[in-house]
Amino acid sequence: MKPFGYARPASTDEAVRLCAAGPGARFLGGGTNLVDLMKLGVETPRILIDVSGLPLDRVTRTADGGLSIGATVRNSDLASHPDVTEDYPALSQALLAGASGQLRNAATTGGNLLQRTRCRYFQDVSKPCNKRLPGSGCPALEGTHRDLAILGHSPECVATNPSDMAVALAALDATVLLVGPEGERAVPLTEFHRLPGENPDQDTVIRPGELITEVVLPPPVPGAASRYRKARDRASFAFALVSVAATLRVAAGRVEHATLAFGGVAHRPWRARRAEAELRDAPATPAAFQHALIAELAEARPLRDNAFKVDLARRLALDVLGELTERQQARTG
Amino acid sequence: MDSLALGADLEPEPVVDEHSTVTLFVNGEETTLTVDHRATVLETLRERFGLTGAKKGCDHGQCGACTVLVDGRRINSCLLLAVTQDGATVTTVEGLADGESLHPVQQAFVERDALQCGFCTPGQICSAVGMLREAADGHPSHVTPPDTETGPVALDADEIRERMSGNLCRCGAYPRIVEAIEDVIE
Ligand SMILES: Cc1cc2nc3c(=O)[nH]c(=O)nc-3n(C[C@H](O)[C@H](O)[C@H](O)COP(=O)(O)OP(=O)(O)OC[C@H]3O[C@@H](n4cnc5c(N)ncnc54)[C@H](O)[C@@H]3O)c2cc1C
Ligand code: SF4
Ligand code: FES
Ligand code: FES
Repeated sequence: MKPFGYARPASTDEAVRLCAAGPGARFLGGGTNLVDLMKLGVETPRILIDVSGLPLDRVTRTADGGLSIGATVRNSDLASHPDVTEDYPALSQALLAGASGQLRNAATTGGNLLQRTRCRYFQDVSKPCNKRLPGSGCPALEGTHRDLAILGHSPECVATNPSDMAVALAALDATVLLVGPEGERAVPLTEFHRLPGENPDQDTVIRPGELITEVVLPPPVPGAASRYRKARDRASFAFALVSVAATLRVAAGRVEHATLAFGGVAHRPWRARRAEAELRDAPATPAAFQHALIAELAEARPLRDNAFKVDLARRLALDVLGELTERQQARTG
Repeated sequence: MDSLALGADLEPEPVVDEHSTVTLFVNGEETTLTVDHRATVLETLRERFGLTGAKKGCDHGQCGACTVLVDGRRINSCLLLAVTQDGATVTTVEGLADGESLHPVQQAFVERDALQCGFCTPGQICSAVGMLREAADGHPSHVTPPDTETGPVALDADEIRERMSGNLCRCGAYPRIVEAIEDVIE
């Protein structure tokens, strides 16, 4: 690891100022991804701006009944927060499906959103990688890509975003609040992460020196149920092969409201807008769900070794939608 | 050879301080020391405090052998920079016993013989101590049914396995580890 400086700002303004002051400055949250990548030589910051102690560690109700989640709230605290377990269970489930108890105690909301891909070539500085070194090539195209993307990838990069939390936030219509040298702005979570296109070095639309301060959730949709499920190679402590977050409200056998997002399939949480459009006002039946999912996944372009993900995504989502429907019907009568 | 690392450009290095002074409360004792910013809590405990209970297994958050309690919460000390922990209370496996009497989790591991080579054991024990507190505080896990009432979570073998999944054991002592933790709960 290369030597680096360290600063612990007391306010978000000071954090932004310090980060803008010199090249090579990076924010530090829980460090579970950044420190890991520094050890691997993938990240070589000159100075770490430790934002983990900023007063952004609270979960509070917003005036309209939504939820504001501070950027430094630890993943474990967020997962067990009563407002989350009660009103946004899919978010709690997503967090609890990720990493380990120890890692969740350290990981922050902001850091989780900006964690980098687990593509093995990205993590290995002896290999080319367009994300790490633009223009050097993408060995994953022909190499090991079983874990990588089936949707929205480009010839430059087929990496996936590894966050479980972000998939639930995508289905819940979250907004990311940022503050930077040019002021504050709000970005819908579904537009925060990018598709790789020709510049896969940019994971998100965050600008240099911008700090995540909060993630805001709209009020829970009345009467809707939500769920997160994750398929992985072992029962626990593994990244998703495919995951699904969904919210659903069914009345009189018809879908009144549905949101659906996939994880592990693309460079960003994949909000399944096409399937959602098919689901709206459709009968809440396996056949209709199947139809909507096939429409969504028709776009999939699997690589040599990951075609299994297309089927897995469809089956997992079908299960989740079925489970949510049953739960709603059990409740309403 | 050219480095393929991010930011490995040739701008002049600004002069920055690469060391800081921090105070740590390790196993009940206050110590002030100057640390290289690169030093993790794990390295600091092992090399500066001579506390070699916490182990460097993978050094990447993947195995749990380095688990210690920081301000009562279990954490991977291999990914935690010491400079970030100024004022923190750190408890390692060496600090769990009360004088001559072992911590109940340590005692249960001995009685159940919940280890073979013992490399993962300090991490397993610290993790179990932290995990029992989390469950008592009502934290759900991935296997807790969503409709469970709030309040302390009852831990069956499935819950224990899920909550301890961040601690790997190359020797495969898992069945005994689960039994030892069940003994503590009873
Ligand atoms: C072994 C292992 C297994 C894992 N398994 C999973 C898994 O199954 N599912 C999953 O989702 N995740 C998993 N993770 C990843 C883990 O969730 C992330 O490492 C963690 O969420 C990152 O949060 P952090 O606070 O530690 O971020 P850091 O490492 O501190 O930072 C990550 C990035 O975010 C930036 N950053 C941090 N905070 C801010 C802020 N407020 N504003 C702007 N930029 C900021 C940093 O500069 C850095 O670029 C795993 C990690 C490990 C090591
Ligand atoms: S898939 Fe993306 S991250 Fe992986 S090697 Fe290719 S360019 Fe790099
Ligand atoms: S040494 Fe820290 S998790 Fe393996
Ligand atoms: S007892 Fe040997 S690694 Fe667990």
